[in-house]
Amino acid sequence: MLGSGIIKGMVETARNFVGSYIDENRLVTVEYPEERLPLKEASRNFPFLVYDGDDAAKGLRCVACQICEKECPPQCIYIIKDTAKKPDYIGKMQLQPKVFDIDLSVCMSCQICVEVCPFEAIKMDTEYELSTSDRFEGLLLHKEDLWKSNQYYHKIHPTEAAEVDARLAEEKAKAEAKAKADAEAKAKAAAEARAKAAVPVPAPTPSPTPQPVKTA
Amino acid sequence: MIAPLDTLARRIQEAVPGARVEVVPNDSPAAQPSLLVDSAHALAIARFLRDEPSLRFDYASNVAGVDWLDSVTKTKTKVKKIVDGVEKEVEETVETKRPGYLEVVYHLYSMNLKHGPLIIRQRTGNRAELNRVASLISVWRGCEFQEREVYDLYGVVFDGHPDLRRILMWEGFKDHPMRKDYVQPDDFEYEPTPHDEVLGRAKEHYPK
Amino acid sequence: MSVEVEIPSSKTYSVLPKMGPDGGVEGEVLEVAMGPQHPSTHGVFRMDVVLDGETVVKLKPVFGYLHRNHEQIAESTSYLGSMPYTDRLDYFCSLTNNWAYALSVERLAGLQAPERAEYIRVITAELTRLVNHTCLAGFLLMDMGALGTPLMYAFREREKILDLFEALTGARMMCNYMRFGGCRVDLPAGWLEQARKIVAEFPRFLDEYENLLTTNEILLARTQNVGVLPRELAINASITGPMLRASGIDYDLRKVDKYGIYERFDFRVPLGDHGDVYDRYMIRILECRESLKILNKALADIPAGPIIDPKAKIRGFRPKAGEAYGRIEAPKGELGFYLISDGGPNPYRYHVRAPSFINLTILEDMCLGHTVADVVVILGSVDIVLGEVDR
Repeated sequence: MLGSGIIKGMVETARNFVGSYIDENRLVTVEYPEERLPLKEASRNFPFLVYDGDDAAKGLRCVACQICEKECPPQCIYIIKDTAKKPDYIGKMQLQPKVFDIDLSVCMSCQICVEVCPFEAIKMDTEYELSTSDRFEGLLLHKEDLWKSNQYYHKIHPTEAAEVDARLAEEKAKAEAKAKADAEAKAKAAAEARAKAAVPVPAPTPSPTPQPVKTA
Repeated sequence: MIAPLDTLARRIQEAVPGARVEVVPNDSPAAQPSLLVDSAHALAIARFLRDEPSLRFDYASNVAGVDWLDSVTKTKTKVKKIVDGVEKEVEETVETKRPGYLEVVYHLYSMNLKHGPLIIRQRTGNRAELNRVASLISVWRGCEFQEREVYDLYGVVFDGHPDLRRILMWEGFKDHPMRKDYVQPDDFEYEPTPHDEVLGRAKEHYPK
Repeated sequence: MSVEVEIPSSKTYSVLPKMGPDGGVEGEVLEVAMGPQHPSTHGVFRMDVVLDGETVVKLKPVFGYLHRNHEQIAESTSYLGSMPYTDRLDYFCSLTNNWAYALSVERLAGLQAPERAEYIRVITAELTRLVNHTCLAGFLLMDMGALGTPLMYAFREREKILDLFEALTGARMMCNYMRFGGCRVDLPAGWLEQARKIVAEFPRFLDEYENLLTTNEILLARTQNVGVLPRELAINASITGPMLRASGIDYDLRKVDKYGIYERFDFRVPLGDHGDVYDRYMIRILECRESLKILNKALADIPAGPIIDPKAKIRGFRPKAGEAYGRIEAPKGELGFYLISDGGPNPYRYHVRAPSFINLTILEDMCLGHTVADVVVILGSVDIVLGEVDR
């Protein structure tokens, strides 16, 4: 019958219209500024820099290796190395960035920087309400705007942050074990050397021989 | 399945007298070698590939241009030479110059027999005035836009294409932007981003 | 150009314009530029149409407004660096774009994705197909004047799938998820249950959608016998995807190439009979149902295990010199990537075989003899995305 298809369609629309008053599945609109959907844990937006501890400048994990700057597809990262060094989480002396800028108007949130970073220093944020009245300076984030604490990272991506912490702790333990082993080996070698030095030279006292005094 | 490429090349030469067909090897794990055909016979070869009942490459999937610049490969060889009356082995570098050319690569499949790909390539004489190859649009209509794209971005002229105009760049654009030696013009509308400003300022401020 | 060429084409007019003795159109013709700013063109796309009254006698598509030289950008970034750019080709189906590119690089470098990654790829690709096809039907109806309703229904379902994508990849549309030799992250906890739930509910939505549309008299009148694409021309013009199958050619890369693990799934390839707009609409709905079959099986069978090939490298990835062409069945047709490596960190040549770009080849042939209002519908049934056409 001509028109039956249209009637069928109208019934469907009516069912959806009436259904929207009673059925959760059919009323899907979220009144955005007033209500918000909870963010997914994996959701990502622009990157930020992670620091450990309380002092951001001291605890910044970034060592200014510039890998992310090189790999960033739209080239939105800009880094200048500092000449002064500071210890990282293992205790090794590392460089730090003097300038670390990200141009958000260029960044496309692809998270390649996060993947290539070998130091777990740069991670993705979930902040998305970043509109500003200044198109230029307002969207250029400096090191001071970018650094956020490890606690914040734990808050936004708990699973991922826990994994990262575990990995870092493991590396640290390994480094410590290695340092300890190294120290022991060194001590042992030194002891052996001393023993060797002690055996062939019949010294009456085990006291260390005084260094020969250089004469001018 | 299609026969090995050298057999196929022989068959093509039998079917199209005078055609020059050469197998181009491919070292990658993809193992997709290709056939280099000469432009003078390309149309006849294409027609043979499409109409031959055991081949029936009725579907030209992909047409891509490639720009190969002039290149110099240096190979070191050890040559015996008499130096100061004594025979010695001396390393010598031999420079092989290869003039640049533009290349058009066609990936062919058969929808009827469901095999492929067969890759054929055409090369131009050089990158400047000898830039003509044969258009295969009269065999595969699907090449129409793709050959226009290769013309637009690489400057390969397809003899026999009925509507060879620019397709992605605007009319009146001069250069061919996918060529390897293409230099971006600096007359585009420039907007000073704070990033560049910062870059300049930072460079001034933090001398190396 | 003076060279005589035979061009296979079907320039037959179903309604012939009045021809003069010189073979030209008699009387006055009107030249109209449809677009680039026109809601029916699915983006910035222009058709220079010559009209005899209401009948189209000539139509030239003009595009390039979104051209950003994607291929050149990719040739100057690393292999990994152009992965996020592929998201922006067909921005509706970023995961299939990722897959096509990853597949080509895997061929080039000889990598093999592990089992679990292959399953994840199939699941995400089929979900993408659901999103694309249902929304396309919505857009098509919008082109016919059904303002909103079908499209909003499709978007409501799309939203659920985009939520899944967000939970997995972190982004709703620009997923940037697949990597050479696998995937970036593993499925989060509870993702599979959520996906199963959505897939189980999807047939109900498709039924509802079909109730609304498939037998609607207005839809039938506007689409049947409009924009007919004959079999031979479809093959010759390199048409792929649902458009090709609507013309009755059994060519689905999931069956032909059996890339990934598609040979493990039992599904049919729906084929059209007439090759008109209605067939193209119907094929997409039927493909959705077949996708659901694949999804059900994949979601049930997915094994545990690693998600990336141990040989894959994130930093310092340099495949050895050579070339490779990889293609997959994207929702819009055959999406292929042609790569040439010279052993460096960047591809020497990177070419995208964009399905919607090539499917536009026969737009003029399909539109000739129809009215302007039909041009809009025919273009809608081609299913183009300008991010991919212009690259």
